[in-house]
Amino acid sequence: MNAWIIAIVTVIVAPFIGGFLAGIDRRITARLQGRFGPPILQPFYDFFKLLGKSKIAASRLQLMWIYAYLVLMITALLFLVLRLDILLMMFILGFAGVCFALGGFSSRSPYSHLGANRELMQMLAYEPVLLFLALGVYAQNGSFLISQIYASPTPLISRLWPIFIALLVILTIKLRKSPFDLSTSHHAHQELVKGIMTEYSGPYYALIELTEWYEIVLVLGIVSLFVANPLWVGIIIALAAYALELFIDNITARMTVGWMVRFVWSVGVTLCILNLIWFWVFAAFKGVS
Amino acid sequence: MGIIATSRLKSPWIMHFDNSSCNGCDIEVLASLTPLYDIERFGIVNMGNPKHTDVLVVTGPVNRRTARVLKNLYDQIADPKMVIAVGTCSISGGVFHNCYNVLGGVDKVVPVDVYVPGCAARPEAIIDGVVMALQKLAKLQGVAL
Repeated sequence: MNAWIIAIVTVIVAPFIGGFLAGIDRRITARLQGRFGPPILQPFYDFFKLLGKSKIAASRLQLMWIYAYLVLMITALLFLVLRLDILLMMFILGFAGVCFALGGFSSRSPYSHLGANRELMQMLAYEPVLLFLALGVYAQNGSFLISQIYASPTPLISRLWPIFIALLVILTIKLRKSPFDLSTSHHAHQELVKGIMTEYSGPYYALIELTEWYEIVLVLGIVSLFVANPLWVGIIIALAAYALELFIDNITARMTVGWMVRFVWSVGVTLCILNLIWFWVFAAFKGVS
Repeated sequence: MGIIATSRLKSPWIMHFDNSSCNGCDIEVLASLTPLYDIERFGIVNMGNPKHTDVLVVTGPVNRRTARVLKNLYDQIADPKMVIAVGTCSISGGVFHNCYNVLGGVDKVVPVDVYVPGCAARPEAIIDGVVMALQKLAKLQGVAL
């Protein structure tokens, strides 16, 4: 019964947090660029305006994938909030990303296809790190359960800090921020219009915005797991990571897809593997002594 | 419906289409997006995609080639939509009005809501034009701006 209440509250409250963070994002970005910026409630205005527009769909299949993207993203968030299995959560998150990419492929627009291709390349970059994160959690706690992370006295960051650094790189991809703002191109309309989101209009585009808000909350929630025991410290670290992403977004130029995959696989995945090898050596020594 | 009507006035996303203008007005449209004028204060974002657009900003006179492009873009925009004609050329054809290939103003092809005169129209005038379009929308919906 208690779990139901937590689930319902999460589904209702998370978009408000995500939209509010997106509004702060636009305001801070404007200030960093020397502008005044829109009101903080601007993402909500955009959302309700989009809901009120007439429905135009490029294909019916596209709509199925976009609903699947939303539902799977909410499911992944519920896994985090109800403190279930982190490995399964990563798989559901991955499937949500696949649905989004398939939605892009299901219309015939070349921009949409290009964006979907890049979305798949982004997934190729970030999925291994998320998987290694789950393995690292298992290496430390001996369990994939998120409830075990909260119960454990030592925070994850004390031993998994290389994976944490890799996660910060991943965060930029997941939040679609500047060096890796490739598949949707928030700021490069002349290159691929709106990438994977090009063919969605009106209420369906609003659904994507809603899913992005859930995604912001989810990825920041994953960051906050690293200092889970006093939860407020974890939340402060997650918000600090978000502020860092905004800063990186504004000081960097966008890079190419190939560079992104090379960078994440060389730096991120190496950090993760070194972290896990260290765990393995550590466990072996403890076994000997 | 109230919250949607209010939101429509707070987030007009624009798309800028250049018919066959001399690029004077286009530069002024882009200038109004710069930090100096910062139209994102009013929630205005330049989308560059007709499917996400609310306000179509058109510059330059319509010629026989761009007429069908303009019509096509207008048809792809989801309702409710508005069109702003920026610059003298887009109102009447301007200095190009008697060229053999020019049809005339934008209103020969798509219905125009607001005309912004000027050669080239100043960024302040363009922002004023968008605000006038919003006032028109507000009056249609019976909501205070």
